[in-house]
This record gives sequence, structure tokens and C-alpha cells, in this order.
Amino acid sequence: MTKSYLSLELIDKSFERGSVRTEVLKQVSLSVDRGEFISIIGHSGCGKSTLLNIVAGLTQATTGVVLLDGRVADEPGPDRAVVFQNHSLLPWLTVYENVRLGVDKVFSAIKSKAERHDWTMRNLELVQMAHAAEKRPSEISGGMKQRVGIARALAMEPKVLLLDEPFGALDALTRAHLQDQVMQIHAELSNTVLMITHDVDEAVLLSDRIVMMTNGPSARIGEILDVPLSRPRHRIELAGDRTYLRCREAVLKFLYERHRFVEAAE
Amino acid sequence: MLAGLARQHPLSNSKENGMTVTNLKLKGQSAPAPAARVIAFTRSANVSSGQPLTARLVAAATNIMPLLVTLALILVAWQVACSAPDSSLPSPTRVIEESWELIAHPFYVGQGVDQGLFWHVAASLQRVALGYALAAVVGIALGALVGQSALAMRGLDPIFQVLRTVPPLAWLPLSLAAFQDGNPSAIFVIFITAIWPIIINTAVGIRNIPQDYQNVAKVLRLNTLEYFAKIMLPAAAPYIFTGLRIGIGLSWLAIVAAEMLIGGVGIGFFIWDAWNSSLISDIIVALLYVGIVGFLLDRLIALVGRVVTRGTATA
Repeated sequence: MTKSYLSLELIDKSFERGSVRTEVLKQVSLSVDRGEFISIIGHSGCGKSTLLNIVAGLTQATTGVVLLDGRVADEPGPDRAVVFQNHSLLPWLTVYENVRLGVDKVFSAIKSKAERHDWTMRNLELVQMAHAAEKRPSEISGGMKQRVGIARALAMEPKVLLLDEPFGALDALTRAHLQDQVMQIHAELSNTVLMITHDVDEAVLLSDRIVMMTNGPSARIGEILDVPLSRPRHRIELAGDRTYLRCREAVLKFLYERHRFVEAAE
Repeated sequence: MLAGLARQHPLSNSKENGMTVTNLKLKGQSAPAPAARVIAFTRSANVSSGQPLTARLVAAATNIMPLLVTLALILVAWQVACSAPDSSLPSPTRVIEESWELIAHPFYVGQGVDQGLFWHVAASLQRVALGYALAAVVGIALGALVGQSALAMRGLDPIFQVLRTVPPLAWLPLSLAAFQDGNPSAIFVIFITAIWPIIINTAVGIRNIPQDYQNVAKVLRLNTLEYFAKIMLPAAAPYIFTGLRIGIGLSWLAIVAAEMLIGGVGIGFFIWDAWNSSLISDIIVALLYVGIVGFLLDRLIALVGRVVTRGTATA
């Protein structure tokens, strides 16, 4: 076995409903190095969210195992913090309390109350949301909610940050802005990130490697593309960059030529 | 309701402004931010406090006028309908005339059941408070159980569905037999009346907790107690308070009927007693008390709900 930081070993996942057995994922193996930014791209229904949930421990793999930092990860935990697609902030808590809830849980033994407060604020500052700390999720915009979701995840100091289509529900401008912010945070903290996306540009812009999934059922990793672009990356400079365009084309070809989305016959 | 909505509008507007401002600030990160901020503040200030007093008085008048007009029309119609000397029901002026003692002295203290209306209402409220508080505690606990566990749901829900259709007063003879006393029987009737909507709404609220919140709890590794206090109760609170509001309304309906049968001090018995003494005007005054107290109880629970759920419960 390789000594990678996060590794998915031969993950199979099937759902059984009555006598009908649906294979969602088949033989998915992936090694991620520490500090790597990995995107998983594929058509909807290809099981990429299921794959992320397996890594998060929210779903159990039928067979196969997830190893993180040398340990089996089969239960959810703050070392694999998730930024959910629809932010999942608790509406009865303020922005601050939402982040603090995780901080209190993870650092209750290690950090003092004042330290936990500072840490909460620091993470809110990191996503530039400190000014809205006392607001409730219903009082802030979708992009802001997602930033708070990112702050909540980051504040747990996860070994792997799992992003489940984090910008899917946002408008293009807000999305671009948040992508830049995620890149900046990644440059600053060098987290290991696993991101689900269906946006080709987003995948190429943010990732070190792009994992392309074939269509389900029985989806598997079709191809893994290296994105040899130096960091920091700027979307405007890259717009005409040849490597960027080549990567983009490779992903597009994979998605729309070789694994064109067909409505499942089932 | 309408007034509340209208008042919220300028607020949410200013929030919109705040939002665009921050985005600007983040993108520009330097000069444009303060200018934009100033604009936002002056605008929201205009909306909230800059409004002239007369305009606000007019707004208040438009809100309350329809109600006053309706009341006046009802009173006039009632007066006309019951002004004949042989009318079986008293007209408004006759009610005031005949029951003036009752209206003027709500705090009168006399012998036995001869008390001012305030004391009758207070006695009824005390019974409701006890029965309702018990129903709230037991109802939320049972609702949480049924909402959480599919097994408890299968075992208990059919029983609840049958029992909840039993009319409140049908329980009274049984509870009189069990408690051998009027007062605990009335409290039990309140309890058994109020508990069903509380159980059912709590269970629905807990069953409807979004998967996302449960995932958040799992990622944070909240234990059962933390999950109950930090996720389950707050997430289900809007539903719980819907149940509590229905429950308090039903309690107040049931107490009047129950007190008619058990006697003693209480608004229900007062009405029954007035009927037996042919004091129709007194009955009308008592009905007004019942209606207004019932309305206030409903508002009270709604208010508590809004405060506790921090605005996520719809009032």
C-alpha cells in the first residue's frame, strides 16, 4: 500500500431495496496526498455525493475502506469536516454560535473558553464573515451562508475538508468570488481538500487533480487528470492559458464525448 | 398580522443593503466600502425613524378602524334586535344596566361561589395551568419518543389516534370515578384534552428534522443528550409550539364545560349558575371574559414560541 494521507481502497457501494440491488460505486480507489486539492466530477447520479458521504463516514461502504492518516475512517467525525451543498447552518443559532458549536465540541478539552472564542472569530475572519457574527442564517445571503459553512468546517481543523458541491446553489459572480476565497484559504492553510463539483471550470481552476467518474450505475473512476498549473492561480490570466484550456478540454471530452449523460433506463 | 408584516419590510430592505455593501467591500477591499455603507445607513434611517408622526397615526388608524366599525355595527344590530320589551335576550344597554355590579367589581370577594369575575377566571386559569403544564411536559416527552423511534411509533401512534377523538367531557365521569373529587378531575380533563395535539405535533416536528442537521450532528459527534438539546428540540420547536397553541385553545374550551359539571368557583360554573338564576346579562359578561382570556392565552403561547424559537415559529 502507498503511504498516502487519505486513501480510498476498493470502495464498493450498493443499495438494496427489497430484492432490487443497485450498484452505485464499483472498485473506487484513490490516493490523496497531504495538502492536495482534489475535485471529483461527474454527471448527476454518478454517485459522487455517495462517495463523499462514504469518506465523511455518513454512509457506509458495502466493501472497501477509507484510510485517513493511517487509520480506518468509518464513522463521521470532525477530522473530516463537511461543507454541505445547502450550507446546513442551524437556523436558530447565530453565525457565531454555528461555528462555535463545532469549536466547543472539538476543542473543549484543549482550549480555554477565551481561546475558543478567539478561534471562532479567527475562522470567521478567514472567510470575511466576522462582521455578521451576531446575525442569524436567515438574515444573510446564500454566498455568506456558504462561507459560514466553510468557516464552521475549517474551525474544526479537519485533516480533510470535504466540499459537497459547495457553490452549486450560488449565482456565477458569488461563486467566482467564493472560489477565489477557497483558493486563498487553501494557499494559506494548505488543507487537504476533496471537492464534489459538476462545474468544469471550477474543477480546473481549483484542483491539483481532477477525478472523473463514469456514469452510474456501477460508477467508477474513469480517469484522473493532473492540472499542472502553478499557484497562485488567477481566473483572468488563466482564461487564455494553454494548459488551462487543455485541461478544460480533457474534462469536457470525458464528460460529453466518452461518458455522455444518458437518462438511466431503469 | 398585517401591521407586523408591513413593519418588517423596511427592516429586511436595509438588510439587503447591508448585504450588497459587504460584497462590495470584499471585492474592492479598500475605498468604495465606506461610501456605500453611509448610503445604506441613511436609507434605513429614513425608513424607520424619519417617518412623520401623522403618517404613523394614520397607519395605526387604518389598522384599527375596521375593527371599531365592525364592533359598532354589531352593537347597533344587537341593540335593535333585542330592544323589544318582550325580547328573550337582553340588549347591550340592558346588559350594562343589569350586570353593572358584576362589571364594576371584578375583584369582589364574597361567600362561597359569590365572587368577582376575576376570581372565577383565576380559578379556571389555575386548573388550566396545572393540567396544561402536565400535558406539555408529558406530551413533548411522548412526542419525542414517538418521533424518534419507529418502534414506539408503531406501538403508540394507533392508540393516540383513537384516544384523541374522545371528546374531553367524555373523560369527566371516568376521572370523577378515579379521583373522587371535582378539582383533580377537571385538571385531568384539561390534561387529556391538551396532550394530543402536543404529542402529535412534537412527533411530526422531530420526524421532519432535516437530514442535514442530523449529518451536522454526526460530523460534530454530538452525544444523545447534546443532540436532544442542541438539535432536536430547537429544530422541532416551531412544531412543538404549534401543538402547544392548539393545546391551550382546547384546554380553555374544555375547562368551561368541565366546570359547569363539577361546580365550585370557576368561570364555567359561574355561567351555569347564572343560567340557573336566569341572569342572562351576567352570562353575556362572562362570555366576554372567556373570549378575551382565551385570546390572551393563545397570544401568550405564540409570544413564548416566538421568543424561544427566536422567530422561526410562525405566529
